[in-house]
Amino acid sequence: MQIPVGLEAGVEGAVLKADVRELDFYYGAFHALKRVSMPIHDHMVTSLIGPSGCGKSTLLRCFNRMHDLYPGNRYAGGGIVLYPDNTNLLAPEVDPIEVRMRISMVFQKPNPFPKSIYENVAYSLRVRGMRNKNELDDRVESALKGAALWNEVSNRLKELGANLSGGQQQRLCIARALASDPEIILFDEPTSALDPIATASIEELIIELKEKVTILIVTHNMQQAARISDFTAYMYLGEMVEFGVTDQLFIKPQKKATEDYITGRFG
Amino acid sequence: MVNAADPNAIRAVRVIIARAKRWDMFFAMLGILSLMVGVLTFSVLFLDMAIQGVPRLDLEFFTSFPSRRAANAGILSAWVGTVLVMLVTALAAVPLGVAAGVYLEEYAPKNWITDIIEINISNLAGIPSIVYGLLALGLFVYYFGFGQSILSAGLTLALLILPVIIVATREAIRAIPQSIHEGSYACGATTWQTVRDHILPYSSAGILTGVIIGMARAIGETAPIITIGALTFIAFLPTAPFTGEPPAGLFDWIFAPFTVMPIQMFNWTSRPEAAFTVNAAAAGFVLVFMTLAMNGLAIYVRYRLRKNIKW
Repeated sequence: MQIPVGLEAGVEGAVLKADVRELDFYYGAFHALKRVSMPIHDHMVTSLIGPSGCGKSTLLRCFNRMHDLYPGNRYAGGGIVLYPDNTNLLAPEVDPIEVRMRISMVFQKPNPFPKSIYENVAYSLRVRGMRNKNELDDRVESALKGAALWNEVSNRLKELGANLSGGQQQRLCIARALASDPEIILFDEPTSALDPIATASIEELIIELKEKVTILIVTHNMQQAARISDFTAYMYLGEMVEFGVTDQLFIKPQKKATEDYITGRFG
Repeated sequence: MVNAADPNAIRAVRVIIARAKRWDMFFAMLGILSLMVGVLTFSVLFLDMAIQGVPRLDLEFFTSFPSRRAANAGILSAWVGTVLVMLVTALAAVPLGVAAGVYLEEYAPKNWITDIIEINISNLAGIPSIVYGLLALGLFVYYFGFGQSILSAGLTLALLILPVIIVATREAIRAIPQSIHEGSYACGATTWQTVRDHILPYSSAGILTGVIIGMARAIGETAPIITIGALTFIAFLPTAPFTGEPPAGLFDWIFAPFTVMPIQMFNWTSRPEAAFTVNAAAAGFVLVFMTLAMNGLAIYVRYRLRKNIKW
């Protein structure tokens, strides 16, 4: 197996949480991911950057098997190994629902369910069979606190999630993703629909969250990747061009293509 | 292009705009005329019926059986029959139609078989209702032995409106944003949990609209009901629950012979005496009122359901 560029550089004390190994993915006949490999380090923020259509969202959505929802999508080779149990998330015998129970996701556009704030957060617990009211209350509260939303909504938990502002809605979605104690949270351009102030609060939150959980984030915004992530991967046309420690990748990229992209010479 | 300082150029532009706006006017007029054809025709029909029929409406009209004397005749058996047939129709068509719609949207694999099924569902909605009547005569009345009963009529009309409900269910489900759908799956929900907790609650307003449209069509259907052999002159009511011959049950009425409002109207309009025409108008008014009341209820319930749904 080819070791991803930058991995050998490593980071003191970093433990692997997941490993993308020579992953090939097709949308119908379109080869969207081409032998992509990269490590995901435990309790770190890893960001995926690259121009539109480079496959970064496609790669992210492999992690919770979102592609399984639509016909014609095909994992064609390689896999994503989750540690410490060495499970290949993409193996046909692995149930996608089990994968989604371990790895949750925050979407580009805030997508609270048209239910109350409480029910939005409680939903990820309810699908896991939690029925005890006190336990639900506790978990909802701690998830909302974890998403830095509790102070704003503690006295209006019965209100519709859609009544919140855009940034609050996105934090509600983060609380929903956080409530089930996932191992990894995937963020798919979580701030692209938000104003700068809401964006800043989400970024701050992501940095805090890595205490609890491993984070993989797709972003269009290179400054954002530089601000919040420990590792950065640059993708182009379905290939992993370069992976490295964020500071190194932005200051001293190994590849000319990466340098061109981050200095704004293209893309 | 236009130099604002040049009065001639501005004048020229105004001429062009005025000419272009004449077409606006023309199409607005055409639109109003087209609209009026529909609205006025219905209003005149309805008013004519109301003027003729409303004076005939009194409590006795609703509590009397049909009679040979127009003044004594009422619509008791007809409206009770209509209500009961509609009940059977709804109980049969709604679960079947919603389940089929949900299956097609959420579960069915997308292949040529489901494509053919999809096309055929739309086609089913266009089949003349008398054909359903013939099918029901063979299947329900004789083969299953339900007889010329409320059950047969209800199931026939249920078949008739099933495509409408399936199509409405699918459209209501498609109106739910993909992001909500994915959000549910991303929480680790199964397809059934997604359907139960999200798809059905959020699409219920749309489904209800389809159900009402279907029911409004069914309530006025005459041909298939006549085909399966509804009687035109019924001077008794279906057995009420637990009152029939022992062992009396809750659902004895479903095997009772019956008549419905449109058949009663049809029967009266074919009588030579003018007084029966007045009866028919009164019954027609009641039928239209029932339909409008159903629609009104649907609008209200839809409003209540939608109030809490924002994406």
